Amino acid sequence: MLRINCPFCGERDHSEFTYGGDANIAYPELSAPLEAWIEAVYVRSNPKGPHRERWQHSDGCRLWLIVERDTLTHAITRVEPARTAIPGLMK
Amino acid sequence: MSRYSALALLKHAITGRPWPRAWRDPAPKERYEAIIVGGGGHGLATAYYLAKEFGIRDVAVLEKGYIGSGNVGRNTTIVRSNYMLPGATEFYDFSLKLWNTLAHDLNFNVMFSPRGQILLLHSPDALDSAARRGNIMRRHGIAARLLDRAAMQELVPHLDYRPTARFPIWGGLMQPTAGTARHDAVVWGYARAASELGVDIIQNCEVTGFVRQGGRITGVETSRGRIMAAKTGIAVAGHTSRLGEMAGLRLPIESHLLQAFVSEPLKPLLDYVIGFGGHGHFYISQSDKGGMVFGGDLDMYNSYAQRGNLPVVRDVAALAVSLMPCLGRVRLLRHWAGVMDMTMDGSHIISKSPVDGLYLNGGWCYGGFKATPASGWCFAHLMARDQPDPLSVPFSLDRFARGAIVDEAGSGPTPRLH
Repeated sequence: MLRINCPFCGERDHSEFTYGGDANIAYPELSAPLEAWIEAVYVRSNPKGPHRERWQHSDGCRLWLIVERDTLTHAITRVEPARTAIPGLMK
Repeated sequence: MSRYSALALLKHAITGRPWPRAWRDPAPKERYEAIIVGGGGHGLATAYYLAKEFGIRDVAVLEKGYIGSGNVGRNTTIVRSNYMLPGATEFYDFSLKLWNTLAHDLNFNVMFSPRGQILLLHSPDALDSAARRGNIMRRHGIAARLLDRAAMQELVPHLDYRPTARFPIWGGLMQPTAGTARHDAVVWGYARAASELGVDIIQNCEVTGFVRQGGRITGVETSRGRIMAAKTGIAVAGHTSRLGEMAGLRLPIESHLLQAFVSEPLKPLLDYVIGFGGHGHFYISQSDKGGMVFGGDLDMYNSYAQRGNLPVVRDVAALAVSLMPCLGRVRLLRHWAGVMDMTMDGSHIISKSPVDGLYLNGGWCYGGFKATPASGWCFAHLMARDQPDPLSVPFSLDRFARGAIVDEAGSGPTPRLH
């Protein structure tokens, strides 16, 4: 069981959260070349080790978080609100 | 190498002589015509068909652990071909045809047991869509039978048919030719048969990098030294992204954990392989030893840990007792996890890579075990002739860029949902 320390609700079991995938993926501008869209939609780094990923505290505060977690040891090293972790998100 | 037969069994029983090892244990040579990275079912099947069907016997299979240590020993052993999309239907049907004669081809009892697989249907809508799936299968020559509730009660009496059932049984879609095989025997059989044809199986040999000459991959660096080959194929599902990264490739794959479970052995209880989808995910069969072998969904986040989490154990157990209440007091013997290559469309990749000399076989998601023979055949065809077998054309790596995805589940580019 992963335990995720939600900055708003405190440490909770991961079953309260919904996984949202690789947080380093950012969709390009609509006018971006096709290759950029193919990369964003389909291609993943899939690291064995530290991974920056999105989780939503769906059974809690419902806010999106950015979690740094190791995909081999499952150790979580950092949790922060997506709204401050991703620049420009709340514009 | 001696042929396995009833006579050989008798001879060994009388003389008491130990059986010779099933495959050779050679030291790696400096150079081969072709290298397969990954000594799992797919890698060994590829080597076997390269040697047997395509005339390339100067082949090495490099396995970082021991034969049978990876996903080939971690699956739930189900073999079926009830697919619906063009490309997938034909591919898995070809695989099933190879399964039918595999024990004879390999001279190794893979215990293929085509006992029938039944997909449970829990609503009138599900019956309608299963009728469509069944018709598509039959149009491709794959046996399919739509079962009503009464037929289900007769064939699978231990499901929950009470009015209070959490998942009321409306019927089932049966593929009578589907079933199970003994997964260890499959990989041992391919290893033995490939070794007999001249393939070198090198265990405890981890690939740590690729050798490049003028942009072309001409060999691999391993924990047992450099090994050169004109053609290198990777069949390391679970870790395809990692091998790809060594070659400078970025792939449409995420690695996820899939757990599997086996109970203590029971008297014969379940004659068929049962599948449950849509309202959850669950599949169960009974092994020849009597253990209930079952599994469910992924752990749902990227992982290479090879150990599962407890919420999925709870969910799978809940589904087990919801569908078969008689399992409520059965004790779990073991549970484990394997690392899956989950692709962006839920289908596999058998393809040339963008790098010359490197060939890809991976992205098997949940479905690798049943595909083992066809996967090996098609990958061997691709490596030997530099042209894909028609059956693997839809599964090229460039299908994502072309928008020609094969998305059987219809869940879009979210790997964990396939």
